[in-house]
Amino acid sequence: MFDWRWAFVADILPRLLKATGNTVLAALLGYGIAAILGLVFALAQRTAIASVNRTVREVVEFIRSTPLVLQIFFVFYVGPQFGITLSPWAAGMIAIGLHYASYLSEVYRAGIEGVPKGQWEAALSLSLSPVRTYSRIIIPQAIPTAFAGMGNYFVGIFKDTPMLSVIGVAELMHTANAIGSEHYRFLEPYTLVGGIFLAISLPTAALLRRLEARIRRKMGLRPR
Amino acid sequence: MKEPVQKEYPRQLEGEKVPMVRFRDVTKRYGDLVVLDSLDLDVDEGEMVTIIGPSGSGKTTVLRMLMALEKINSGIIYVDGQPMTHMPKNGALTWADEKYLRRQRTNIGMCFQHFNLFPHMTALENCIEAPIQVLVLNKKAAVERAEGLLDMVGMLEKAGEHPSRLSGGQQQRVAIARALAMRPKVLLFDEVTSALDPEVIGEVTQVIRKLVNKHNLTMLMVTHQMGFAREISDRVCFFYDGKIEEQGPPEEIFGAPQSERTQQFLGAVLEAT
Repeated sequence: MFDWRWAFVADILPRLLKATGNTVLAALLGYGIAAILGLVFALAQRTAIASVNRTVREVVEFIRSTPLVLQIFFVFYVGPQFGITLSPWAAGMIAIGLHYASYLSEVYRAGIEGVPKGQWEAALSLSLSPVRTYSRIIIPQAIPTAFAGMGNYFVGIFKDTPMLSVIGVAELMHTANAIGSEHYRFLEPYTLVGGIFLAISLPTAALLRRLEARIRRKMGLRPR
Repeated sequence: MKEPVQKEYPRQLEGEKVPMVRFRDVTKRYGDLVVLDSLDLDVDEGEMVTIIGPSGSGKTTVLRMLMALEKINSGIIYVDGQPMTHMPKNGALTWADEKYLRRQRTNIGMCFQHFNLFPHMTALENCIEAPIQVLVLNKKAAVERAEGLLDMVGMLEKAGEHPSRLSGGQQQRVAIARALAMRPKVLLFDEVTSALDPEVIGEVTQVIRKLVNKHNLTMLMVTHQMGFAREISDRVCFFYDGKIEEQGPPEEIFGAPQSERTQQFLGAVLEAT
């Protein structure tokens, strides 16, 4: 029956908290890659070069239509057949970064397309270069629109890090599994993992919402 | 679609009296719709030309082509004697590329119906962005120039405000200062009072009046305000169907229009106001 052992909890908590560090690190690294690569994908889809345009769009569509777990397995296990041998961390970060980059590119695209045409024309009429137009005029205005989506995917990537356990990245889930099989007890480790995720996700989401409101205020936009 | 350069145009305009702006055989089409139909138009330095006409007559298109916001299908536009739509290459003229256009655009400033101020920048930041980035002014010089212009349009007090905190009339005045900060030779006004509440139109027209009196600036203005056009223009062009139907000094166009279409248009417009 229901048999919760506090002594066991006390015993395994330090190990799980240590693994939490890896989980957070994986989420931050993965998001960092996704955020930058996503912008590259988004801008590549806006270039006038039709072939680049189409290729990137299809890659994005392909990544979005296949499961993340499969992509992780693919990079880690199939890579070596092509002479690309990566550590679990490197493979995991590439897979998760690529996956979320394709989602974020859509968020960026929606943000960029949400900037009124008149802003482009004003930038043109002032002879601003394309790089300056994007970096100083368009992207700053796209961020408030994109921020909500970017925040959602940040929490999303954090919650998807357990998938990295399948290739042996020593994050929370992986550690909980190991503890479980060592002690033949799964109730406490899995419950704790859930609790830790909740304890990080909820405040992060709240913080992101406040940050969004602040950005909108700073940009002189109305709160949503 | 762009067509090849079909005629021989001079590589630059020379002579005693080079117009500040010259349109030659300029045609602009959207699909089958001809918006500008082999337009010829010269504007002298310091001249204030107002473009009036029914909607769809191509009047805004004239400004958009001159600013090179869109490309023309055929013909050529010169600004200050230099080709704008074309560039010299291997001794001949070819269609201008983006880089050439970007340089040529610095000769022209444009004010839009909906202001198009950058909402994430203050009034002052709006006015120094391009001078710093494009004209490579240092920040101090750019701020000095911008403050002078904001003062001229009566917006110096609001220099630190974001556009969302300004009224339409105030935003448009900042937009005029922003365009002037690039020291253009030609300034374009595209229905700059059309989106304004009636009570603030005066503050914008006042600024334009000031520019006419003070600067030796060439200006093209598209407007629906016939009274203002009559008062301020050196010349009025009545556009109809992508062509200039009639043009002349405001007294003539408004006082004794020759064309029947002009008479009809003015009759209808004056009736409504």
